[in-house]
Amino acid sequence: MTTTARPKVSFRRRLLRLAETVTTPLLPADYLDLVAPLRAGAALRGRIVEVRPETPDAATVVIQPGRGWRGHLPGQYVRLGVDVDGVRQWRAYSLTSVPGGGDRLITITVKAIPDGKVSNHLVRRVRPGTIVQLDQAQGDFVLPAATPERVLFLTAGSGITPVMAMLRAGLPARADVVLVHSAPRRDDAIFGAELRALAATGALRLIERHTDTGGLLGVPELDELVPDHAERQTWACGPVGLLDAVERHWADRGVADRLHTERFRPTVISPGEGGAVTFTGAGVTVEADGATPILDAGENAGVLMPSGCRMGICFGCVVPLRQGAVRDLRNGDLTTAVPGDGVLIQTCVSAAAGTCDIEL
Amino acid sequence: MTAIQNKARNPIAHLTAEDIEIIGKELDAIRDRVIADRGERDARYIRKVIKTQRTLELSSRAVLLFSLFPPAWILGTAGLAVAKILDNMEIGHNVLHGQWDWMRDPKIHSTTWDWDHVSPAEQWKHSHNELHHRYTNVLGKDNDLGYGIMRVDEDQPWSKGHLGQPFYNLLNACFFEYGIAAYDLELGKNLKDGGHRSPEFRARARAVGRKIRRQVLKDYIAYPLLSGPSFLTTLAANFTANLIRNLWSHSVIMCGHFPSGVETFEKTSIEGETKGEWYLRQMLGSANISGSRLLHIMAGNLSHQIEHHLFPDLPSNRYGEIAPEVRALFDRYGLRYTTGSLPKQVASAWWKVIRLSFPNRRRKSLEPVAPAPLVSARA
Ligand SMILES: Cc1cc2nc3c(=O)[nH]c(=O)nc-3n(C[C@H](O)[C@H](O)[C@H](O)COP(=O)(O)OP(=O)(O)OC[C@H]3O[C@@H](n4cnc5c(N)ncnc54)[C@H](O)[C@@H]3O)c2cc1C
Ligand code: FES
Repeated sequence: MTTTARPKVSFRRRLLRLAETVTTPLLPADYLDLVAPLRAGAALRGRIVEVRPETPDAATVVIQPGRGWRGHLPGQYVRLGVDVDGVRQWRAYSLTSVPGGGDRLITITVKAIPDGKVSNHLVRRVRPGTIVQLDQAQGDFVLPAATPERVLFLTAGSGITPVMAMLRAGLPARADVVLVHSAPRRDDAIFGAELRALAATGALRLIERHTDTGGLLGVPELDELVPDHAERQTWACGPVGLLDAVERHWADRGVADRLHTERFRPTVISPGEGGAVTFTGAGVTVEADGATPILDAGENAGVLMPSGCRMGICFGCVVPLRQGAVRDLRNGDLTTAVPGDGVLIQTCVSAAAGTCDIEL
Repeated sequence: MTAIQNKARNPIAHLTAEDIEIIGKELDAIRDRVIADRGERDARYIRKVIKTQRTLELSSRAVLLFSLFPPAWILGTAGLAVAKILDNMEIGHNVLHGQWDWMRDPKIHSTTWDWDHVSPAEQWKHSHNELHHRYTNVLGKDNDLGYGIMRVDEDQPWSKGHLGQPFYNLLNACFFEYGIAAYDLELGKNLKDGGHRSPEFRARARAVGRKIRRQVLKDYIAYPLLSGPSFLTTLAANFTANLIRNLWSHSVIMCGHFPSGVETFEKTSIEGETKGEWYLRQMLGSANISGSRLLHIMAGNLSHQIEHHLFPDLPSNRYGEIAPEVRALFDRYGLRYTTGSLPKQVASAWWKVIRLSFPNRRRKSLEPVAPAPLVSARA
């Protein structure tokens, strides 16, 4: 004779069910959020503790993450949801703090870009005390467990942020580290003073490029600046143009495997022709042009769109395309679906290329 | 009221097709202005109302744990009634309209919200947002005209059953949330034509059943049990709070389309309706309630029914702000902006329910009137 063990319902679970009976149609969490938004078990959020100016257009935002924060590796980024003019906007920011600091605070460093919605809000307007939405840290722009002997960091502008976290965490003393960093002017260099101080201790060789006077860094110049760069494990982060050139250069030398890049922005190529996008579940149809990601088009029409990095890397935005055609904004690839197909597409990097039905 | 097309004095006879188009453009402009300005202030408003509602509900329920003491009973019942009214009117109704979807906060979104009400949000959204707001006051199309059980227009045919409608209306007022659930299910129609046997209807009915069960479990079992010796008094308090909420929302909603001065429309008149004509129908088919800011909040700003029907998805806190502009537009085009105090409008609506429980006093006209188009002077 066999007996089937009844799945044991934990006491906690039972208590929760009881609590749900008295809070229906809301959840107990909806009430707890009023008093303890950062508690364990809550949707991950953070409270802004301080906003520290770094340069005239960049600031470090110090955040106390909720109890559910699982920590990060230097070089990883966090997705942050912040309400700008009452509308929730999600963006990714590299963490600039050292993991496991005693105060459990994390920092991101944001550069305000012209007309940038979120970056300007974070640098100039957000007030301490503000609650922001967070995701766990993610990203593979990190140093391997065994740090290589020779390292090159190639950064420009706000691209210094993930590298700063790595430098702050400290590289092994024997490592030979070179940092080539571009900024418009000396005063515009985010973390300029800290980097110079690090260089003074001999922890790294710092090559600063001030592009207002010295012009943009040409990748071939590296032959002279860092002659052995092709032999080094390299981490590069900066504007699209720089990264594209760096990737070509490393590929040409046949050492693409030694290059690690982090892009803050997808490369945008040929826009498609646009069309009417219908979100079948929400019953909403919008006209979207060939350059607008379906994610933006949906959000602007008030559809609750899942999203993540908004640049084609996290797949947090994937939904089925029931029928129609979309174009990948990064490479112009056309994806089509006939009724019954349900091709999964990333809405953040796909634009309508004709009429399409999205199941959402 | 009588369908506007059958009236001896058509209140829109003086408007040309261009007038109506311009009215539409002016209303579009008001809407665009609000949308361009919508932002942090509005977000703060709805979050504050939600926070107030939740705090009030929790504290009232806490007070009711001691409802054996009469002062606690009175305080708790009053607080809970207000909390339930806020939940249904200023929060639930408006969130479910998608008025706050633009914030992209998944917690305050029409697709995720549910309310303290026995009709599941999904079903209410269909019958209310998709049917009533589209076919506002069109005879035979808008079931809100008498909720399918009452005669509220001279042009609706009379039958003996209507004699009892003042009584049904009172009963509906007391158990309004159940009335709405039945209405959203189109229970009467489905029972009559056998639709109740379809799997689709049964799935919807089960959803309503689940919702009722949860609501009843909470109000009439869980909280009374938690109250221990105050079991019965808490049960009575919750019943009373639901009753007050039902009477209040029924009154407010009755004032939206039933008081005198509100126009109704023939089914044929909306064929090929332009945007301007749709606006015009909303303008004439709705009535406001005048009163204090508190009244408007408690009424879920449905006291600005005209503005709400013109722009169902604008944030409710904006209706009062645009009301003077909308009213000026009515005045400029010689249209009647129907409004009055709550007692006056409630009395007017009730009087209509009573009056129309009897057949029309005299035949309006012996020769048949062909339903005229909405705009008589089409250019
Ligand atoms: C993995 C990852 C890590 C990131 N880390 C950081 C960081 O540490 N610090 C930081 O400041 N930013 C970082 N970003 C960029 C950040 O997520 C935002 O894209 C940036 O702050 C601009 O957002 P916005 O709302 O201000 O601009 P939007 O209002 O979205 O855009 C305004 C205009 O700027 C253009 N634009 C958008 N993004 C960029 C960009 N990155 N560079 C140049 N132009 C742009 C748009 O096309 C548009 O024309 C990171 C992005 C990713 C994907
Ligand atoms: S949002 Fe990350 S892949 Fe689209």
